[in-house]
Amino acid sequence: MLDGAHGPARQKAMNLLVRYGEALGAERLVDTRNVCGTVGASTPFLRDYGLKHGLDAVFSEFSLDAGEVLEIPTVAVPSSHLQQGLDPDHADAQGIPPEVVKVYRQGEAYTARLGVQPLNTCAPYTVGNVPARGEHCAWMESSAVVYINSVLGARTNAEGRESAGAAMLTGKIPYWGYHLDENRLGTHLVELDIEVSSTADWGLLGYYIGEVVQERVPVVSGVRGAPDLPRLKHFGAALASSGGVEMYHLVGITPEAPTREAAFGGNRVQGTFRYGRAERRQAYEHVNATARDPQVDFVMLGCPHYTLEQIGEACRLLEGRRVHENAALWIFTPRATRLEADRIGYTKIITDAGGQLMSDTCSALGRVMPKGARVAAVDSAKQAHYLPAIMGVQCWFGSTADCIDAAVTGRWNGSF
Amino acid sequence: MERIVLKGRKVVGGVAEGEALVTRDRISGWGGIDPRTGTIIETRHELRGQSFRGKVLVFPGAKGSSGWSSQFHIARLAGAAPLAMLFNEMSTKIALGAVVTHAPALTELDRDPLEVIATGDWVKVDADRGIVEVTKRR
Repeated sequence: MLDGAHGPARQKAMNLLVRYGEALGAERLVDTRNVCGTVGASTPFLRDYGLKHGLDAVFSEFSLDAGEVLEIPTVAVPSSHLQQGLDPDHADAQGIPPEVVKVYRQGEAYTARLGVQPLNTCAPYTVGNVPARGEHCAWMESSAVVYINSVLGARTNAEGRESAGAAMLTGKIPYWGYHLDENRLGTHLVELDIEVSSTADWGLLGYYIGEVVQERVPVVSGVRGAPDLPRLKHFGAALASSGGVEMYHLVGITPEAPTREAAFGGNRVQGTFRYGRAERRQAYEHVNATARDPQVDFVMLGCPHYTLEQIGEACRLLEGRRVHENAALWIFTPRATRLEADRIGYTKIITDAGGQLMSDTCSALGRVMPKGARVAAVDSAKQAHYLPAIMGVQCWFGSTADCIDAAVTGRWNGSF
Repeated sequence: MERIVLKGRKVVGGVAEGEALVTRDRISGWGGIDPRTGTIIETRHELRGQSFRGKVLVFPGAKGSSGWSSQFHIARLAGAAPLAMLFNEMSTKIALGAVVTHAPALTELDRDPLEVIATGDWVKVDADRGIVEVTKRR
């Protein structure tokens, strides 16, 4: 492919993979048939670039670093699209003008023509793209990367837009990092002194561990019960926000950690620390670093995108109540899950209460919030980490029930 | 003035020189920088509010979202990228980010650049030869 026999776009894709592999110090590339990335031009900077230069130019520059505009062929291997910059079905509420929605629709058609599946979510593993154990993947989206490595035992590094784009056209990715057995072993031991139960609890645990271990591989010992998908989704997302964790082990729970010994393999334990009430409080204070004003005007749920079950929980908390006149409630989910929510009646419960069920994007990624929002409330440590930095709002973090309560009363009443 | 020479491994080739901007905090790309200005925006980052535009960025490594490379990619197109990058911890985020930033970059330096280089020092990076020359400001 590098010699151009498969066309100029695949040649540029291989050229990028070689430059990237050399930068890493990788010895070779590995075949992959599962790529998740973003090729759309739906975030503000890329929208403008696409309007000016066209969508092949966006792919050539931002997915291949090609330096010239090339005709982009269909993808070579199964590829899914991650989240987008807006929800075309709620564009008005999100303050997106019609001409931008038109560009989005063109982008969607372009993506379909390339053969990229429009899952449009940060959590593809909740809507059908569930890699098998040992499968070599090339995924972007840090919260999804840590999930499929740790919970499913698939193998990927945190790829970027350009490497995922090049992998879509070639079916190759550098054989480095978490593709190799030895790099998947634990480095740090975390011993739990307290029970970790709710999704918010798991978010705090992840936020704390991420700050301590940064990009290493933590092994958590002492987990009681079996955390479900939403808990592990929030845990991993937090680990990858305060730090850069791409792989973790829960002893006795995740597939590559039947025992503590198996989780560490031949690795020396580089550090051991405990997680108790004081550590939980520190995480809580750090994740709430920007929050001061108890008047909440925006409640955002669905980071990473809510599962159907989480939407159901929000509905149960919301039923018979109404969102406060000075507040907005937006819940984000994959497009496919929103369809299920429509059918099952959840969407109606949320809209009847004055909230909205949105898909395809989130507030931090699409920079979409209700007009004039100043103080947000979330149940995701990841969103609490990013939203204030990106949108300049204050942000409270708490349980899902705290958030629904804030949406209904317009006040933050959550506490540690 | 004191001069120090470091040797390292090329990540991206090229030659550049300029003032150093040094941080001990890892850097987030997406949600950590404003790529249009090169400013660090992460809430509790020690460089919050400072821009790496036109600086030799010296830092431990990357963290956070896999949007790292695309944010530095945008920074290059917006004219807000660092002149060069020196870092300690290799990762896919930083490797790809350095590649698409097109700025000379080195890692695996023979002395810890965070110890040797201070913000404001004049740094010449010859990534093709794997050499960094540091002129201390004081």
